[in-house]
Amino acid sequence: MNEELIRTLNSIVASATPLVIASIGETITERAGVVNLSLDGSIILSAMVGFVAALASGSPLVGVLAAMFIGALIALIVAFGGITLRQDQVAVGFVLTLLAADLAQFLGQSYSRIPGPQVLNTSLPLLEQIPVIGPVFFRQSIFVYISYLLVFGAWYWLFRTRPGLAHRAVGERPETAFARGARVNLLRYLYTGLGGALVGLAGAAYSLSVKAGWSTPPSMAGDGWIALAIVIFGGWHPFRVVLGAYLFAGLRVLANIIQRTPDVSIPVVLLNGVPWALMIVTLLLVSGGTVERLVRVLPRPAQKWTRNFLRSDPPAALGTRFEPE
Amino acid sequence: MKTRSLPLQIGLIVVPVALALLLTALLILAVGADPLAVFQTVWEGATRDSRSFGQVVNFWMPLTLVGVGLIVTFTAGLWNIGVEGQMVMGAVFATWAALSLDLPQPLLVAVEILLALLGGGLWAALVGVLKTRLGVHEIFGGVALNALANVLLIYLISGPWQPPEGGSVRGTPPFPDAAIPTFLSDTFKVSLVAILIVLAAAVAVVLALRGTRWGLELKATGKNARSALLLGVPTRRAAMSAFIVCGALAGVAGLYRVLFTFVSASLRPGVSGGIGFLGVLVVLLVAVRPLGVPLVTFIFALVLGGSARLQIALGLDASLAGVLQGSLVLIVLLFNGLRGRLAAREEITEAAAHE
Repeated sequence: MNEELIRTLNSIVASATPLVIASIGETITERAGVVNLSLDGSIILSAMVGFVAALASGSPLVGVLAAMFIGALIALIVAFGGITLRQDQVAVGFVLTLLAADLAQFLGQSYSRIPGPQVLNTSLPLLEQIPVIGPVFFRQSIFVYISYLLVFGAWYWLFRTRPGLAHRAVGERPETAFARGARVNLLRYLYTGLGGALVGLAGAAYSLSVKAGWSTPPSMAGDGWIALAIVIFGGWHPFRVVLGAYLFAGLRVLANIIQRTPDVSIPVVLLNGVPWALMIVTLLLVSGGTVERLVRVLPRPAQKWTRNFLRSDPPAALGTRFEPE
Repeated sequence: MKTRSLPLQIGLIVVPVALALLLTALLILAVGADPLAVFQTVWEGATRDSRSFGQVVNFWMPLTLVGVGLIVTFTAGLWNIGVEGQMVMGAVFATWAALSLDLPQPLLVAVEILLALLGGGLWAALVGVLKTRLGVHEIFGGVALNALANVLLIYLISGPWQPPEGGSVRGTPPFPDAAIPTFLSDTFKVSLVAILIVLAAAVAVVLALRGTRWGLELKATGKNARSALLLGVPTRRAAMSAFIVCGALAGVAGLYRVLFTFVSASLRPGVSGGIGFLGVLVVLLVAVRPLGVPLVTFIFALVLGGSARLQIALGLDASLAGVLQGSLVLIVLLFNGLRGRLAAREEITEAAAHE
């Protein structure tokens, strides 16, 4: 296969990685029935904090941990407001997304556009030798390898383990889970915090690797919203989520390539709209009504398969409160 | 529930404000500045002279329009995050008229307002159709349409509408005089007509929500869409109308920003200036009670107008305004929850005492 194509595929995987990590984090949270709408601001603030902490300590690991702490902290405020204080999760999350973005801009003002530490690519021995797959997937940064583990880990946890079953039950039928002895709200706190820590990790993946550094306005602004949409498109399933993230990143890289092609007459600025148009189209595609309309025009053997493939039903208790009484 | 004592009620307002100020002061210390100097700069920046107070008014008016519009959508139980894009589209539609129509002043301004209503309303209708017909949640439809509106805005400014001297992304050429309402004075760049229109729109919407069948239908839809539908309320139509009314008002707010924000009126990037999102915060803060809107928007406008001077005076980023406003709303939300918990506990103990 030609080298240009392999390089492009490699950069798609790299640039999709923060989206993968953040959407897996949000999947974990939403599977427990909590909506953390603060993703966009969370990613921005944790990217800034991660960059500054890595710069100050000289250690990217410290930066990563600081970023994960910030992500978890914001998520736990959502959980505290939504679960303990019985406020609208969407409202708390939305306020936090704005607040976190402003905080990042205010506190990070003197760190804008300065050089800092960066996590470089490390090839995985043996695996990188596999033709095509090796250079695409295994000559990447550590964040990318972590994202692979997260996708398989989240899938195995949710669908192949007993505590994972309880995790899903808390998001689907909290009453039943409670009757079977699950501590619903404690688990919700736990998975919201865990998901938030991953959102923070996604922020660090931006500021220490994919879009290394910090700038105002932040270069990753908007990606948190895309990650939230990917969770829906992915039907709250880790494998479909990762597919969605690669699809978005792929289209974005494609738009960049088109921009660089000299004889294309599409105005450059309009290409920035591509991911957002795609966001609407994908959400439209997986909404119940559209799926049914699509299924009806298909030949019978393809119907069930299409429905199962496209259907995207949220966890039944998503965004609702549970009062153990 | 019992009515609470006055000191407690005042405390529930004062304590969150004090906490938000304290938190902001700590953050100012964290970047190595003096909080008192910052607060003083903001206050002076907002009230120093008629020019700076004019700036405050010019934040207050569009923010009030957006706030009132969002009262409508929140009443119907809808999260119209798309309000930012609706502002942009109102501004874009009106700019077309300002740059290409040759009409006398009052007529041209009237056409601009109509187009602003249309642009914002149409963009909101898109969110509404996605929500009510196609099953795309309004938060995601709104966020995506916000981004698309901004892409269109940048395209127009850097392409078809760029000034004759060449390609920059700074803005369209300045509007002709006929496209701009007359200012009260050269130092107080505020238009009386504009203020009256904003006030009239706000009052009309509040009255419509309180005293018409339409208002009742919105409330029913917002409280419980399913039972409203079963009782014969056309919930889809109610949702669509709420989006369109809010979008139309946001469109006019966008036009207001174009006309009164910059030294010379022209369409520029970031024309919404975060006013739309700030409007959402306002409505959350007043818990969807319309009468609180003008007061809160005035205070937020003071902070916004005053913060504009932070960069020049102290070298601090103006995003501090957002930090203060955001933390205030967050603390108030958490306090509301705390109050709810306390009330619930009291009821339980009272019930126990009766037994």
